[in-house]
Amino acid sequence: MTLVCRLALVFLLFLWVLWVFSPAPALAQENPYFVAYDHYLEEPGNLEIEYFSTFGTQRGANDFHAFWGEFEYGATAWWTTEFYLDGQTTFNDSTIFTGFRWENRFRVLKREHFINPVLYVEYENKNGADKILKEGEGHDVESDFLVSNAVARKDHIHEVELKLILSSTFKGWNFTENTLAAKNLSNSPWEFGYALGASRPLALKAAAKRCTFCRQNFIGGVEMYGGLGDRHSFGLHDTSHYLAPVLGWNLPSGWALRISPGFGLNDNSHQFLMRWGVTREITGFGSMVSRLFGGRK
Amino acid sequence: MKPIATALSVCASLLAVSVVLGHSGNSDKLPAAAAPKYDPVIYAELQKAPEKARNRPNPLENDPDAVAAGAILFERHCAECHGKSAEGTHKAPSLLVPEVQSAKPGTLFWLITNGVVRKKMPVWSKLPEPQRWQLVRYIKSLGGSAPAAESPAPTP
Repeated sequence: MTLVCRLALVFLLFLWVLWVFSPAPALAQENPYFVAYDHYLEEPGNLEIEYFSTFGTQRGANDFHAFWGEFEYGATAWWTTEFYLDGQTTFNDSTIFTGFRWENRFRVLKREHFINPVLYVEYENKNGADKILKEGEGHDVESDFLVSNAVARKDHIHEVELKLILSSTFKGWNFTENTLAAKNLSNSPWEFGYALGASRPLALKAAAKRCTFCRQNFIGGVEMYGGLGDRHSFGLHDTSHYLAPVLGWNLPSGWALRISPGFGLNDNSHQFLMRWGVTREITGFGSMVSRLFGGRK
Repeated sequence: MKPIATALSVCASLLAVSVVLGHSGNSDKLPAAAAPKYDPVIYAELQKAPEKARNRPNPLENDPDAVAAGAILFERHCAECHGKSAEGTHKAPSLLVPEVQSAKPGTLFWLITNGVVRKKMPVWSKLPEPQRWQLVRYIKSLGGSAPAAESPAPTP
């Protein structure tokens, strides 16, 4: 076993210990989107550990199951930083690690407004076999995935992605609109995309007793996302688009579950995407780490 | 192995950020489990609530379940920083002091909604409006006989 593998195991063990022995799991209270972002950031000092899956159908080749882990940390009340590890299994082909992403979101305004802007900056280091479909961009279409993993993974992609997130909350509803611009650093044109979302808890008032199945613990909604071409050919031609109902369930134990069946809206899109995910928030992660290094007990 | 090595480097960076921010939050050097020093400046944010927001009445003022529901919400979302009994911790101030307890419900609702983002208090508009009013009912219920008056907003 190489040193790097040992370090990776130690790191995962460290996270597992924090997860299991975390004294105060918090009730995640997040909108259930998989692709769209709203303007709510992680609470300062909290770490959210998330696992997500996407099963996708593929015409002309094998279906796939893509998966990713997220570590989302609230650095401050106006800055959330997030680290992703991506992988995928293509049936009758192979299972491979496809890369990592480092994402940062910055709240621009101090107070709450009718429309709340958040700036998003992400660096992606992945290979061409990445299939998590975390966003729709450029001219990405279903036929891009016809290539086998062995061939696709040889293509290395370093990409910077910028988003402007505009999100509003009105009478319990969240409405969000994300505009995306992505640049492959290897001399490719800027690519564009969008994501829209709307969601609402099934009940707005909290119950006066602790409950798992109370309506306020469930959030339902819908999201739509897709590509908008690139700098040389902006528009909807040769782009893929998806519409996906979303449902989130925030359990009082600190766990949250999400599920979303997605449907391709044109012939360039995968016909069906089934997404699901599980989340656990650890409060006071920053303080715990600080104590490990001699901070306040 | 290069991607994994890079990934681990990023993890290490994140860890470093956590440590730095954790230490910066502890810069007041208070002893363990001590409540924060009483600092009126912390509560000055309440004075920034606009007049219209201050005068909003709590629509759940007469809801018999609001305090109990607010207590559960407080435990889930607020106790980590403000303490289980809202007594304050090194992360966030006490909510039992007269500045908070004498504030109008509309003022507290405004502060919960907007947060104090530059001072680590997140925006809580992610909680639906009725839940924020339930939180206000609970916080006000902690004060017992606190005076009902509130100083007027400073004129700009």
